[in-house]
Amino acid sequence: MVSAVFHSPTQAMLDAKSGVKPVGVAPAEAKPVQPAAPAPAAKPSYDWPALGMKVFPPLIGVALLIGIWALLTMKSTTFPTPAATFAEAIKVFSDPFYSKGPNDQGIGWNILFSLERVALGFGMAALVGIPLGFMIGRFEVLNRMVSPLISLLRPVSPLAWLPIGLLVFKAANPAAIWTIFICSIWPMIINTAVGVQRVPIDYLNVARVLNLSEWKVITRILFPAVLPYMLTGVRLSVSTAWLVIVAAEMLTGGVGIGFWVWDEWNNLNVQHILIAIFVIGVVGLLLEQMLVSVAKRFTYDEV
Amino acid sequence: MNNFIEVQHADMVFSTRKGRFHALRDINLTVAKGEFVTLIGHSGCGKSTLLNLIAGLTTPTGGTLLCDNREIAAPGPERAVVFQNHSLLPWLTCIENVQLAVERVFGAKEGKAQLVARAKAALALVGMDHALSKRPHEISGGMKQRVGIARALAMEPKVLLLDEPFGALDALTRAHLQDELLKIVARTQSTTVMVTHDVDEAVLLSDRIVMMTNGPAATIGEVLTVELERPRNRVELAEDSRYVHCRKEVLDFLYTRHGRIDKQAA
Repeated sequence: MVSAVFHSPTQAMLDAKSGVKPVGVAPAEAKPVQPAAPAPAAKPSYDWPALGMKVFPPLIGVALLIGIWALLTMKSTTFPTPAATFAEAIKVFSDPFYSKGPNDQGIGWNILFSLERVALGFGMAALVGIPLGFMIGRFEVLNRMVSPLISLLRPVSPLAWLPIGLLVFKAANPAAIWTIFICSIWPMIINTAVGVQRVPIDYLNVARVLNLSEWKVITRILFPAVLPYMLTGVRLSVSTAWLVIVAAEMLTGGVGIGFWVWDEWNNLNVQHILIAIFVIGVVGLLLEQMLVSVAKRFTYDEV
Repeated sequence: MNNFIEVQHADMVFSTRKGRFHALRDINLTVAKGEFVTLIGHSGCGKSTLLNLIAGLTTPTGGTLLCDNREIAAPGPERAVVFQNHSLLPWLTCIENVQLAVERVFGAKEGKAQLVARAKAALALVGMDHALSKRPHEISGGMKQRVGIARALAMEPKVLLLDEPFGALDALTRAHLQDELLKIVARTQSTTVMVTHDVDEAVLLSDRIVMMTNGPAATIGEVLTVELERPRNRVELAEDSRYVHCRKEVLDFLYTRHGRIDKQAA
């Protein structure tokens, strides 16, 4: 009996993931293995055991989670079973971009609106935070001036800044963006500043001996040396921003994934909340992966 | 003999967290144009500090340093430094590393093509013209040091300052680069100051060997003039009595009269 429930939720889970780019539900049983399949086709002598080690443990982990979920919800009336959630997910993802008034829009819109807020808040934070970090790293006076303030403000939950945003901007949307701005600025300032302070003294000596202009020092030495640190800051910022946007939207309302969760809670539609949790997780993962690959591109080997 | 570099009563005191550290005391040294001088001494005797003073990377706490009758106040491209750890920028290719130096010195007067030609010529001089677009992590330690030397030479400096340039290399590579350096210096007629802890290297390359006493408050103990005609050949010199004598002099200074004392202190 358990194994009967077992297969379809695995599928549901995968579909929920792939649902980020809305696609139709593929019924084929072979689909779960497919993501790992392309490689062996290219190389005939593929390392099968290693591939198995890569593919099966994660699958077993996911299956275990869904299995426990199924077991626990077998007799529950309030908490949806994996099968019911999966069925609901198909419905939600079959029409992600509908719009029936401001409070009832497809999940696609909700995600895009949240991403837009994150992009705006995060972008502005990068514009302010990275140059500020550079200056703090370069000028000791500024460092001493600003670091107590940063230490004081950084541990504050970004949501505490939301009322200030509401007060200043007198609207929910800019207030949410403001909250993202505040939460994503700290890692960028701090990492950039630390990066600048850790530029090897040898490189700066080279700059001094070559008598490079300040512009050349920045573009040819400081910027490349700091870039890996900066990208770490950016990655931390984006992760935090994505964490915070959900909470901020719960408070501010409007279209967005956080608001959607809250709205579905008010409707007592728990399936949708579970779907939202998956979606938030997957989007967060994708953002992180994207920046990891960017960071990989720009790290250089120490010599 | 015209005194191209003059160090007059230079004193260097570092203020560290543990208090003041008197590194150099009353250093007096003159280097003539076109002369090759090596600074030798045990590690920690302040020979690199003295080189940094001449480079202008650090300013002395006492005394004056002159280069071409002008006070050395800051580093500048007329005194090119080859760093011990080569200090190539890892995100630039070999030729870009050299170009960075070339652009600064000649960028105002010359066009792009000429600058590239200069960088290429400098790399060709050290035999690295086959690896123009390689990044530093793709080439060996000896090659990196060659590029470091090329970067310094490309600026056409009045003075070439080398801080243990071959210290991190294996013996064969080191010998090879020493020979190359001899040829390059002969060709460019550079005034050269080099820090080393290798007695053979000092004798082979130098016109004069400046031997430094142990720190703290190190100073110049003795100066030995190496009267060997150039070009020099390491194999022929190995049995030359003058070479052996010079070698003996330096060894005698370093190990008999000024042996390491910091072991007792530590």
